Amino acid sequence: MNEAKWTSKPGQGAKGRARALPHAPGSQIVHFPQSEPLQLDCGGALAPFSLAYQTYGTLNEDKSNVVLICHALSGDQHVANTHPVTDKPGWWETMVGPGKAIDTDRFFVVCANHVGGCMGSTGPMSLNPETGKPYGLDFPVITIPDMVRAQARLLDHLGIRDLFCVAGGSMGGMQVLEWAASYKDRVFSAIPIATAARHTSQNIAFHEVGRQAIMADPDWRGGRYLDEETLPRKGLAVARMAAHITYLSDNALHRKFGRNLQDRDALTFGFDADFQVESYLRHQGYTFVDRFDANSYLYMTRAMDYFDLAADHDGVLAKAFEGTGTRFCCVSFTSDWLFPTEETRAIVQALNAVAANVSFVEIESDKGHDAFLLEEPELFDAVSGFLSAAARRRGLALPGAAGD
Amino acid sequence: MNTQSPLPQGTRVDLVLLSQMVEPGARVLDVGCGDGALLRLLAETRDVDARGIEISQAGVNQCVARGLSVVQGDADTDLVNYPDNAFDYAILSQTIQATRRPREVLEQLLRIGRRAIVSFPNFGHWRIRAQIMFRGRMPVTPNLYSAWYDTPNIHFCTIKDFAALCHELDAGVERSIALNAYGKPLGLKIPYVMQNLIGEQAIFLLSR
Repeated sequence: MNEAKWTSKPGQGAKGRARALPHAPGSQIVHFPQSEPLQLDCGGALAPFSLAYQTYGTLNEDKSNVVLICHALSGDQHVANTHPVTDKPGWWETMVGPGKAIDTDRFFVVCANHVGGCMGSTGPMSLNPETGKPYGLDFPVITIPDMVRAQARLLDHLGIRDLFCVAGGSMGGMQVLEWAASYKDRVFSAIPIATAARHTSQNIAFHEVGRQAIMADPDWRGGRYLDEETLPRKGLAVARMAAHITYLSDNALHRKFGRNLQDRDALTFGFDADFQVESYLRHQGYTFVDRFDANSYLYMTRAMDYFDLAADHDGVLAKAFEGTGTRFCCVSFTSDWLFPTEETRAIVQALNAVAANVSFVEIESDKGHDAFLLEEPELFDAVSGFLSAAARRRGLALPGAAGD
Repeated sequence: MNTQSPLPQGTRVDLVLLSQMVEPGARVLDVGCGDGALLRLLAETRDVDARGIEISQAGVNQCVARGLSVVQGDADTDLVNYPDNAFDYAILSQTIQATRRPREVLEQLLRIGRRAIVSFPNFGHWRIRAQIMFRGRMPVTPNLYSAWYDTPNIHFCTIKDFAALCHELDAGVERSIALNAYGKPLGLKIPYVMQNLIGEQAIFLLSR
């Protein structure tokens, strides 16, 4: 890794960002005009606003085969197609696609970039109609319920009322829970994975480290870096590096890197990336900068911090699910210390308290929080078994599934 | 996707008998559902809304992959989370002898289910009595095959013991069936005392 890559020269890269927004290569976009604002939890409203989204598979005639996927903090709508910016596979191609657990031959899959995001939906990079300049920190603070409300607006726009399933991991899982709590009559089944009904103190603390890293970068310019044609590359990269550690586990890091040295035979007695793990983290950091907006990162982390589903229901999580008819499949991973199994167990207990139809699978894995994005056959088996049973209950015709 | 494949041959007769005690279309919780054999039977033959709790994670994952609604949990600690009358039937199939507090578990079953169905191995069977009496050793039978030091079964009872506990808890016994070694019910004409002697296992249908 070359130190030069870590230095943002004034203007470098920034011009490419200050493009006409919203910009969502390869995605469909729905624009909601000034007259159709999005009401926000902070008391304000966002108008106009746009959502960029991807769909996979075919919507059936009675629109009963819709699966909404909610992406995580640093994800986007490119679930199962090559990413237009990074050229990498979609972030959940292990799970979503023809013949996969979320089978696009059966289901119509929708995923939207969250409001506040940076892949085409309205966010802090977008132009503020009042000033004609990028919002920056003038963008209102967005919550998980706000994101879900925006997704509901997209579905309304698509003429879709009922979701056969809503699925997602991490921050996406928070949205799954919010969907199940706020739109009980629209959600037939829900798969919250590696998530929690509230963001813990420790997780808020990690997010604060990331935000402070961004804000400490002189190129952040109080959030106005797009106007000033700079980019807080170092700050965002450090934020990503710190966060990335929390997505893995000690075992996973050790298995992958141990104490191996990077392209050298001996320690250099300096602060270059001697160890492979350092080089890996730096790589994670600087590639993230190419596809993610620093202010968006502030807003996404804040949304997670503010999430506390029980608090919205008199402090009793079970009340959030009272009267639910949704079928739930909750999933956690043994080595996930960011969203540990206890968090999922709390959700399951709340669901049991209202006698909801719930399955709960804890999967043995040493891959940490990121396990939900990786090759985990038990995860696929659980999701596929759960969805097949739900589809049968829902009376969904399953093409080519004779005898299933 | 093997969720609706036919029941495996040799589905346990005791499970079939137990399932026949369940009204079609009911809401059922199977506590200690293992690999989900009873849940599948109930779902496929009685069209019930069937849920399960299982302590072993492998069992749970297997069940969920088969499309059954099962959570990982412990009968001793997790039944308190369920509301009163949440289910038409709360079932404890061949599990009560492995719980730490059978009495409390039974009370919870009767609270969350309008009815409870409990099946258990009968420790009063003559072969068990004979093994202790004549060999002076803890019994090992085809049904109870673990040695004393590695058995999960820590609270054995006889049919008579269980009936006494039901009485103590003021639970009504709507039906009770003693089964022979092959899982076939003993004839009704066999006197109660004999059932406790020659019944290998028993199924009780209880109500509050």
